[in-house]
Amino acid sequence: MATVERPAKFVGTSQLRKEDPELVTGQGGYVDNITLPGMLWVGIVRSPFAHARIGSIDVSKALELEGIVAAYTGADLEFAAPLVMAWPINAEVKNPPHHPLTKDKARYVGDPVAVVVAESRAIAKDALELVEVDWEPLPAVTDIKAALEPGAPIVHEEFGTNDAGSWIMERDSPAPRRGPSAPFFEDPDLVKIKEEYYLARLIPNAMEPRGVVVDPNVAMGEYTVITATQIPHILRTTLAITCGIPEAKLRVIAPDVGGGFGSKLEAYPEDAICLALAQKLNRPVKWIEERSENYVATLHGREMVQEIELAATREGDLKAVRVNLKASMGAYMRLITPGIPMLGAWLYHGCYECEGYDFQYTNVFTNATFTDAYRGAGRPEATYAIERAMDALARELEMDPVELRRRNFIATDKFPNYTIASGLTVDSADYHGTLDKCLEVLDYEGIRAEQRSRRERGERKLLGVGFSTWIEMCGLAPSRVLAALNYIAGGWDAATIEFMPTGTVRVLTGVSPHGQGSATAFAQVVADQLGLDYDDIDVLHGDTGMVPFGMDTYGSRGVSVGGVALFKAGEKIIAKARTLAAHELECAETDLEFEHGNFTVKGTDRTANIKALGFNSWTAHNLPEGMEPGLTATHLYDPPNFSWPNGAHCCVVEVDQDTGAVEIVRYIAVDDCGVQLNPMLVQGQVHGGVAQGIAEALYEEAIYDEEGNLTTGTMTNYLVPGAPEIPSFEIHDRVTPSPTNPLGVKGIGEAGTIAAPPAVINSVVDALAHLGVRNIERPATAERVWRAIQEAQA
Amino acid sequence: MRRIAITVNGAREELEVEPRQLLVYALREQLGLTGTNIGCDTSSCGACTVHLDGQSVKSCTVLAVQADGREVTTIEGLASDGALHPMQQAFRDNHALQCGYCTPGMIMAATSFLEEHPSPSEDEIRHGLEGNLCRCTGYHNIVKAVQAVAGAGV
Repeated sequence: MATVERPAKFVGTSQLRKEDPELVTGQGGYVDNITLPGMLWVGIVRSPFAHARIGSIDVSKALELEGIVAAYTGADLEFAAPLVMAWPINAEVKNPPHHPLTKDKARYVGDPVAVVVAESRAIAKDALELVEVDWEPLPAVTDIKAALEPGAPIVHEEFGTNDAGSWIMERDSPAPRRGPSAPFFEDPDLVKIKEEYYLARLIPNAMEPRGVVVDPNVAMGEYTVITATQIPHILRTTLAITCGIPEAKLRVIAPDVGGGFGSKLEAYPEDAICLALAQKLNRPVKWIEERSENYVATLHGREMVQEIELAATREGDLKAVRVNLKASMGAYMRLITPGIPMLGAWLYHGCYECEGYDFQYTNVFTNATFTDAYRGAGRPEATYAIERAMDALARELEMDPVELRRRNFIATDKFPNYTIASGLTVDSADYHGTLDKCLEVLDYEGIRAEQRSRRERGERKLLGVGFSTWIEMCGLAPSRVLAALNYIAGGWDAATIEFMPTGTVRVLTGVSPHGQGSATAFAQVVADQLGLDYDDIDVLHGDTGMVPFGMDTYGSRGVSVGGVALFKAGEKIIAKARTLAAHELECAETDLEFEHGNFTVKGTDRTANIKALGFNSWTAHNLPEGMEPGLTATHLYDPPNFSWPNGAHCCVVEVDQDTGAVEIVRYIAVDDCGVQLNPMLVQGQVHGGVAQGIAEALYEEAIYDEEGNLTTGTMTNYLVPGAPEIPSFEIHDRVTPSPTNPLGVKGIGEAGTIAAPPAVINSVVDALAHLGVRNIERPATAERVWRAIQEAQA
Repeated sequence: MRRIAITVNGAREELEVEPRQLLVYALREQLGLTGTNIGCDTSSCGACTVHLDGQSVKSCTVLAVQADGREVTTIEGLASDGALHPMQQAFRDNHALQCGYCTPGMIMAATSFLEEHPSPSEDEIRHGLEGNLCRCTGYHNIVKAVQAVAGAGV
């Protein structure tokens, strides 16, 4: 049998994406492109008030409109259960029922109160204007601290408070920390600093707004839900609970999805509403979110008040870190809202050694859109606090911020598997290596010399340089750890490999990519492992009817959980094929070598190719006794640890002292995500993440007025940066393979958003430090920077 | 209802439209050309960019009746004889797309931009595409793709 000719290796090469030919020619299958016979359009009536009791709702005028089919309020569209919240962090957590259509009162601008169903998009939109709601407006509160004041308007009256519960590491963490922080903060010989940062509320802005199509099979009582989601599998479960339809009758499909960033990691009211409508009306229904609607109806991210304290020796040895957060939940607990700050709990001492560590956070209800996971979720918050505070400590100690970082890095020889001060075990890293590479690319001495020279010359445009030596935990997540954190699902993922009779191979993955290029990267893994042609491999995802089990895409888990599951399935394929090959070649399995898709009897030219074995397995004409037909394998993989990517980012800015305008002159990223399956995809993830991080640092902020109106409610006043606002990036890497998994991979999807904000703000503060500026709240708009300069000089 | 005729991707199409009908909905929902995406409702994002008589426009800011008697090219009309347009190929070669949602509009804006600025600087490319938002790529590879096409002299 001839040997199959193929390239030596696909993994590690920048294969062009399998996803692209359709997407560049306008053949993408996004949910709004779906039209079904007899389909009806859904419109959602939303509250114009941040807080208002609902007197009555009159839909009669809307029902008179020609082409209207139905209209319902919360009182007459029934659900089996409220929307599912999956992360009750501890016994303290407040979890008010979140009904898809609110019944008693609206708690944020955009809260759904009624629904109209019409024969066309335009009629549904017209009908929305005709629904009359008798509102009794109530005082509203959107500010975190104000919401905790006595006498503040109460979002959920049954609790009598907006305090939604706290999580305290000392009490609630399953992993013991190295030691308490208090002794260090009481030690008079240590230097202490205390910083407070406010992290603005963010609006994710995936370019595709959300949308749902539900197609009922009336005869079978089955429903196909096609929705712009990152989590078709999780959504199937939550919809089964909310709508009382068993999973066997529900098929959830994530078609081409136009970006997520966490905003489509959600069990939304609209998913359940559309399913309930299809059930009630026995016709297909469709709801497409408009962008302005998206700004209030789709989850927001990040808003929190951070207090971080550091204690260190005068020589610069970090001894203790103490953190207290107050995080905005918005008006409801959505899928994992109360746990988001916890995703940073173990990372507030960054990649530095320390002895004492304490962390706690308090969740707070406000009359604003619910918050939930936004790219990085918890980890950008942690990285921001420690990386800003390290710069503050460096200033206090009059040390170079690079030297302070180097002095406190966890040493490279502590790895693999070093238990850090917060109590978790980091599998691998080389923090010195990434920072050294970053400094080499930067020419640090040269930049500092230029900075001094500009200051001495009295130039109006000042230079600033800021660093962020970041670490994260991703690859969510080991199921046992999730259990200990009171999360109610697992963190494994699934993969199936199926050899088809004609020689192609079908790969099913339980992750649900929406732009990451996983189908390309996964095909590279399978091509190498099984010795197949890259073009013969089709990777399918995002359809619970085809891929029964999975935990979907978020938390930089695609490759480090889904990819590893696939590799393990591949090992099962090889094992079965080896048994069949030994049978066909009449030798012992141990006599066979497997390389480039061929099983060869050692020392002979007798070989069996895996594709031929796949065909023979399908015909089942000559299988060993007891072997099942078909060359297929499934593996469900539960990661034994998180994945621990890290890196060193550096931002160089020019700040105009007269206007406060900030311009990024250089942005350098040196990231270590372990083995890179496809460097082109890795770099793409870093580019996009860094751009979002820069946006967070310089441009984006959701602002509510005193009545709780979102004043940044459209793309014209919430500044999603365009190409002119974003610089070219200098992207470099280090590779420290993960010892936790056989691919050596770590995650990279969130790196940029985690790393960039503190690098940018540190650079702006650095530019102005000699003027006395110590902090600039983000986003560091020209006005904020200008004011900071004026205040420092006053 | 108004009766209009538009030449779309070289083919004459006759449509009955409401006077308030936007061009993007006429393309997507009446002609089934769903390659042109809708990303906002304030003419901010550029996802719906098409060519109208050879010039890029945001098809959410044009009424269908305004396109009466004119020529429209959408992303579906860019490839010819089964071969990708050089800009489509450059987007793929340079990994200038991830989720792909902004991509049709971005490609239409980029091709129109290059016709007006055949040898642009990086800065000119960035400003030339400022009406088109992308949330995935950080624009880095989009700029590279446009540079690649410009450098190839297409």
